[in-house]
Formats: sequence, C-alpha cells, structure tokens
Amino acid sequence: MTATDVTTVDQAVEAATLRAALSTRTRPPRPGPLSASLTFGWRAIRKIRHVPMQLFDVTMFPIMFTLIFTFLFGGALAGSPREYLQVLLPGILVMTVTMITVYTGMALNTDIHKGVFDRFRSLPIWRPAVLAGMMLADAARYTMAAAVVIALGIVLGFRPGGGPLGVVAAVALLIVFSSSLSWIWSSIGMKMQTPETVMQMSMTVLFPLTFASNVFVDPDTMPGWLQAFVKVNPISHVTTACRELMHGSIETGAIGWVLLWSAGLTVVFAPLTLRLYRAER
Amino acid sequence: MTLAIETEGLVKTFGETRAVDGIDLGVKAGSVFGVLGPNGAGKTTTIRMLATLLQPTAGSARVLGHDIVGEADIVRGLVSLTGQFASVDEELTGRENLILLARLLGFSRGPAGERSAELLEAFGLTEAADRLVSTYSGGMRRRLDIASSIVVTPDLLFLDEPTTGLDPRSRNQVWDIVRILVAAGTTVLLTTQYLDEADQLADRIAIIDHGRIIAEGTSAELKASVGTGALHVRLHDPGARAEAERVLAATLGVTIERDTDPAALIARGATPDRIAVGLAELVNAGITVEEFALGQPSLDEVFLSLTGHPAETEDETEEDAA
Repeated sequence: MTATDVTTVDQAVEAATLRAALSTRTRPPRPGPLSASLTFGWRAIRKIRHVPMQLFDVTMFPIMFTLIFTFLFGGALAGSPREYLQVLLPGILVMTVTMITVYTGMALNTDIHKGVFDRFRSLPIWRPAVLAGMMLADAARYTMAAAVVIALGIVLGFRPGGGPLGVVAAVALLIVFSSSLSWIWSSIGMKMQTPETVMQMSMTVLFPLTFASNVFVDPDTMPGWLQAFVKVNPISHVTTACRELMHGSIETGAIGWVLLWSAGLTVVFAPLTLRLYRAER
Repeated sequence: MTLAIETEGLVKTFGETRAVDGIDLGVKAGSVFGVLGPNGAGKTTTIRMLATLLQPTAGSARVLGHDIVGEADIVRGLVSLTGQFASVDEELTGRENLILLARLLGFSRGPAGERSAELLEAFGLTEAADRLVSTYSGGMRRRLDIASSIVVTPDLLFLDEPTTGLDPRSRNQVWDIVRILVAAGTTVLLTTQYLDEADQLADRIAIIDHGRIIAEGTSAELKASVGTGALHVRLHDPGARAEAERVLAATLGVTIERDTDPAALIARGATPDRIAVGLAELVNAGITVEEFALGQPSLDEVFLSLTGHPAETEDETEEDAA
C-alpha cells in the first residue's frame, strides 16, 4: 500500500449525497438477541474469509498432532500405530479442540482494546450478543478442526464402531464442553492487558490438564496421586465420553460428568464474563 | 430553548484521580458545542459518560431528556459516538463495517446494503468500499468512522477529537461533514485540543482544565472576556511615526507600542469607537495610513489568560487511564 494508492481512491465528500443520506431518519425496530448474535457471528466469519491464515492453527496443528503421536507412540504403546489410533484419535480430537478454545479469549482481548468495541457498547442492542456471536463463530472453528482430525484419522485407519451417528454425537458433546470451557478464557480475556498474557495463562492451565489425563495413555501405570488427578480431570471425562460414543459402547457415566462440568463452568464463568464485560474500563 | 444535554455537578473519579470534577453543561439542541482543553483535561471522560459508556461517580446528566444512568438504553438509541481512536473494524472492509452496524441497528439485509452504499457514496469511499479498512488512510478511516455513526441519523452526535492526527485537507473535509450534519438537524458535541477548530465549528465553547469548566460562551464572548484586541497601524512614511504615536496616545488614552517595523504602531486595549476617532485624527493631522487592522485575541491567548498556562504544553496521561 503506497501513498499514491490512497490518493487515487480518496474521493471527495459529496455534500449533496451526504445531505440526502442525512435526511432519511429511518429508525428500524431494534434487532432481537438472536439476530444481533448472528450478525456478530457473520462478522467473525467475514474476518476469517479475509485472512484465511487464521485457520492455520485449527487445521495444521490437528494434522501434526495426529501424525506425530500416532506414529511416534503407536508401536510402543499399543503394538501398532493403527491399533493405537483407535484409542488415541478421540483423545487427540479432545486435545485439539480444547486447545483452540484459548483463541476465544485472545480474540476477545484483542477486540475489547480496540475502539470498535466502544461503538458496540454504545449501540442499543442486547449486550451479550457480541459474546454470543463470537461463540457461534468459534463453534464453527471447533467443527472444522474436528472434521480435519476425524478425516485424517479415517485415512490412517481409524474405524469408529459407533458409526457416523456416534461420531457426530461425540463431536457435538465436545463442542458443548469446549464452549463452556471457553467462558474461562473469555473472563480472563476481559481482565488481561494483552492477548499474549491471555494465551500464557490459558496454556498454563490447559497443558497440565491435557497431559495429566487419559488422552495419550491408560492411567493404570501412573503413580497413585496422578491417577487420582486423572480420574477427576474433566479432560479425562470428555475423552472417555468421546471414545465411548465413537466406538458405540457406553460403559461409564462419563457423558453425564461432561454435561455436569459444562453446566458448572457455564454457571460460574458466563455470569463472570458478562459482569466484566459490563464493567467500565 | 430545548436542551440536548444538561449536566449537573458531573463527577468521575478513577482511584485518586478526579478526571471530571463537577461539570455543569447546557447544550442547546441543534447547535455545535465545543469542549476545548488540553490532554488529560477530562474531555474524553465527560463524553464517555454522556454516551453511557461510563457511569458518573456523582452528579447527573440528561441527554435528549433522558437520564444517562436510569435510561441508558433509551439514550443509546438516540445518540452516536465517534471515539478518539477510530471506532472502525480494521479487519473488515468499509462496506462490511457499515453493513454490520446497519444490521445491528435493525435494518434487514437489503436495506442495510442500500444504506451502506448511500453512505459510502456520500463520504467519498465508494472506490475503497471493498478494501480492508487496515489499508485506509487516516482521513478515510475518520470519514468511515463518522459514516458509521450516522447509519441511523442520530439526534445527537459525540465527536471526540475528530481531527486529531489528520492532514489539513482531511481536517477540512471533516469540518464540512460536521457543518452538513448540523444543518440537517443533528446536535453535535465535539471535543478538541485545537483552538481554531472550536472557533471554526462551535456555536458555544466550554474551556475545560483539570476536570472543571473554567469558561463558557461563544467564541466572541470568550475573546471579549480577555479584553479587546490590538490595533495595528502601518504608516506611509516612517518619519511620521513619532507624530502618529502622539496623536494616537492622546485620542485612545492607552500606551502605544512601536512595532519592529519602523512604520508600524500597536495600540492595545482601546475600545473600537475610540479607535475610529483615533484613525480620523491621524487623517486630520495629515498622516497617511497605509493599512490598519483590528485583531481579536486568539483562543490561545484566552486559554493562557484563563488558566495561567498555555493550552499545548500540558502533558498528562489521565485520559489514557480512562
């Protein structure tokens, strides 16, 4: 972008057109909460369309994780990569999607420090719509990442016994959990000064949660204190629930635990985020 | 007289800092009201309270007849804010910015597109409409910003330092836009650090310093409160300067200063009618006056005489903290 470029497109203000534009004092009825949320969702999708590179981390990381872990640990842990993949894939799915939730907080943090947020706050709209729209767009990202992981898994030999229905159910449950989890990062995003601090804080929480779980290995060989942690870790519950749904064998109450965790996270962090959002900065 | 804005003892504190320290304002509907002050004087904080983005610590304000705290939602429906930092979305195109706001204001898909096209045309942004705002120049960004504020023509528009950082051409464009807006019936409250901007646009001006209004009136009233301006006389013949000095001193009753120009004299503090007599006396005494000018004090001088410090030199960061 050069200065000459700017001047060629920089036209004059049209006084007559401006007067005409101002003479219409149309004031349409306010949009409902759903319509406003969908408009903010449209905003987020548009941004992705302008800078598709934003999708790099929701497509490339899942591919990298799946390939690395399958071939690195598969033979050692389960006899063959293909056999390991049946157990690992639902876990990798949970890991990639929950990692992506961090971007919700980062995006929100970037947004609120810009002037455009002031404009949104000064509009006569249902205020949580900004957040709801963001979550809608995030759900689209989660779905996309999940599709990438599952497609790659199937190419590598993942055969879900639960069929397409089981896979869809697992993804749906994961999106519910991830959306609830993202409220934590949203409330952190409201409070922190820079997106980088949001990222660091979220990763500090997520990393131990993901690795100290049953995503990669059976917890039976872990020391007792770690086993105790893995057992209550919500990431383990989600992983178990996804495995059960995808393989069509529901044996534990994991799904119930996931829904309970989701409800708990939402009940605590959604109101907190909204309070921070309303609070003046 | 209908008041668009009415505030009583408006106060906003951030911790120990009293950013706004008891402001009483009355802004007539249909006028341009200028709030003039240096950085950190409390201008932005005041505007953010009136636009319902901040809650006042004390005092009250009514905007277009509605309380800014109790009826914040109604106020939001009637006013628009163009913030100090361009409140546009850089990662969207100009057109998408306007469509986004039109949709959020309740336009359905078709009319939102039409309204956006109309505004882009009016603000000279049609050619750049489908480019990302991050590629826009400062002036284009500011115009899009103001266009975003009038997607629904507001009854009251807040403009926070609308021309800060703009080149002279873009500044003139923004001034034209403000004049057209006001002619179309919108009340404008603008803040500025530029004395000539307030002078050019505002019907009434409040000068604010350390969160308090230290003077309010029309530009002429503010200037008059500091005293009349100086008379500059330039003579045809420099040799007649001593004679002219004597004549003027006698008629005007003020001290006459000699300018660095050997043919020029300056008389400060004389009333306009005495000056008229003085000029006639010069003619009677056979002294040829080449040119004369009756200057008004600049708002800079007004600010200096009211605050004891010049408008520009103050450097505080309260506004940033707000």
